[in-house]
Amino acid sequence: MDFELTSAQREIVAGVRALCERFPDSYWRDHDSRHEFPHEFYRAFAEAGYLGIAIPEDYGGSGLGITEAALVMSEAAHAGAMNAASAVHLSIFGLMPVVVHGSEDLKRRFLPAAARGEMHFSFAVTEPDAGNDITHIKTFARRDGDHYIVNGRKVFTTKAQEADRMLLLTRTTPIEKAPRRTDGMTLFLAPLDRKAVEVRELHKLGRHAVDTNMLFIDNLQVSAGDLVGEEGRGFRILMDGLNPERILTAAEGIGIGRAALDKAVRYASERIVFGRPIGQNQAIAHPLADAHARLEAAELMMLKAAWLFDRREPCGPEASTAKLLAAEAAFEACDRAVQTLGGYGYMQEYDVERFFRESRMLRIAPVSQEMVLNTISEHVLKLPRSY
Amino acid sequence: MKILVPVKRVPDPATTIRVLPDGSGIATDNIKWVINPFDEIAIEEALRIKEKQGSGEIVLCSIGQITWQEQLRTGLAMGADRAILVKSDQPLDTLAIARILVKVVNDEKPDLVILGKQAIDDDSNQVGQMMAEMLGWPQATFASQIEFADGKCKVTREVDGGLETIAFPLPAVVTTDLRLNEPRYASLPGIMKARKKELKEIAAESLGIDLAPRLRIKKLTAPPKREAGRKVESAAELVQLLHSDAKVI
Repeated sequence: MDFELTSAQREIVAGVRALCERFPDSYWRDHDSRHEFPHEFYRAFAEAGYLGIAIPEDYGGSGLGITEAALVMSEAAHAGAMNAASAVHLSIFGLMPVVVHGSEDLKRRFLPAAARGEMHFSFAVTEPDAGNDITHIKTFARRDGDHYIVNGRKVFTTKAQEADRMLLLTRTTPIEKAPRRTDGMTLFLAPLDRKAVEVRELHKLGRHAVDTNMLFIDNLQVSAGDLVGEEGRGFRILMDGLNPERILTAAEGIGIGRAALDKAVRYASERIVFGRPIGQNQAIAHPLADAHARLEAAELMMLKAAWLFDRREPCGPEASTAKLLAAEAAFEACDRAVQTLGGYGYMQEYDVERFFRESRMLRIAPVSQEMVLNTISEHVLKLPRSY
Repeated sequence: MKILVPVKRVPDPATTIRVLPDGSGIATDNIKWVINPFDEIAIEEALRIKEKQGSGEIVLCSIGQITWQEQLRTGLAMGADRAILVKSDQPLDTLAIARILVKVVNDEKPDLVILGKQAIDDDSNQVGQMMAEMLGWPQATFASQIEFADGKCKVTREVDGGLETIAFPLPAVVTTDLRLNEPRYASLPGIMKARKKELKEIAAESLGIDLAPRLRIKKLTAPPKREAGRKVESAAELVQLLHSDAKVI
């Protein structure tokens, strides 16, 4: 057993930290309040090669593992919290189904452009009536010669304002006619053609620099060459990408939690009330120490899941547990940070309110804490399925 | 052009420095170590010269403990070609450092040595000048611009009250000022490539150089804590206080 990061991993962490240091809190605060996509950060991240971290070297990436990607995402969130993480998250994780299952042609067309940051991607999976029960999606792709015609609606589609392409989950066989509910679903790397797709931005609690949208897809034409893997196997192909997503989300939670904790600790050391720093009071110190302990534990779980994934071993329960623990640890840390800063914690100028708003999302996405607990109950503890 | 860039490892400028209770040094636990920012500017300038000329070799050199490899790797990740670590576990003064570097220069025969005008830890500002003297080479300190024309190097220096431009033949020693450039950060492919680049280790003792310190640090003291200022009602009161309390006018 070895808990030490490799020297390469330490160098990558130091490298991405050096990049992130060029984007101070004020950069993120301003972009969040102006609802403006962090293009400068995205470009810097792409130019330094981090978008291609998990893309194979043959396609212009660095071919590293999810462990390295997670370390990078944790640093990105530590520096710019979820605005930074979400700006680049989809380019790093979202194309994993293409990397694993895509045709040679699809990989050649999109992976190098993704690694260079020339193309933005969205993940169009969830629908208004199908989220955790993803097999119930209604968006339908009908084969028509050498292409498909897609109709339907998608919701919570991040970055659709910027995206050139979207990883689009459809049904090609209605659920009633599919042998199993998980059959008959098909995944595309479809063009986000504004003539056929209306993109409507949704207003949300936080992470305002990166947009979240509703998509209305009306007779979108998608070439058969944009199919990811085989027709009808979309669900399983997508499932392959879920563990990395949970691992990266956990890593981002740890990053945002540490960002909040850093601010709280600094404030607690400097703020003098009744003649001494407030951090000398255990009522302030203990919750921060507790937040630190929880973040450390979540990080170990996250690294274990990433380690398993990179060894090509099953890691479903570990990845889910990491996301569960990291989301709680992140939210707790952000909440304690706001409390530590008191009135100032509620003010935008002090950043922790932004982290607090953003961290709430991690308890919901990419999978709710409740669904994670269902998974653990059923698949780890072998209790009867509840739903 | 072959360029040698001496690199020192220093505490991150953003780190809070704590002096040890006995004044013998600073507490080194929990310190983040970085390349001396002026040396980082020197690496960046060397990279720009190489990129502009389309060829050349950049060699980094550090003198210190085995852990200094980390900063050399960072420099290699920025784009330097190879690195030399002269290993020494004892603290060395500026004269010993300059002597070692001169030995490295004699072995490597670079056309140009670029280094920071000073290291931000002890602020000595001596090594570049000592090297130039020992080598008998021209030197240009506090460079804010470096150009090459007609086989000569032209350096703009930041001096009191303005800029001074000097020209001299190579080989030479140039020390960098803050405004010379803004260093790049290493890219991910750069980091991965750097791991395969040569990092040669030499024991300082094996060089046959007199490393005995001429300089001894007797005591370090933290600067006095800054007291809060006070507000005065009028200019007249200020003048009065400057005269009677501060006794400066």
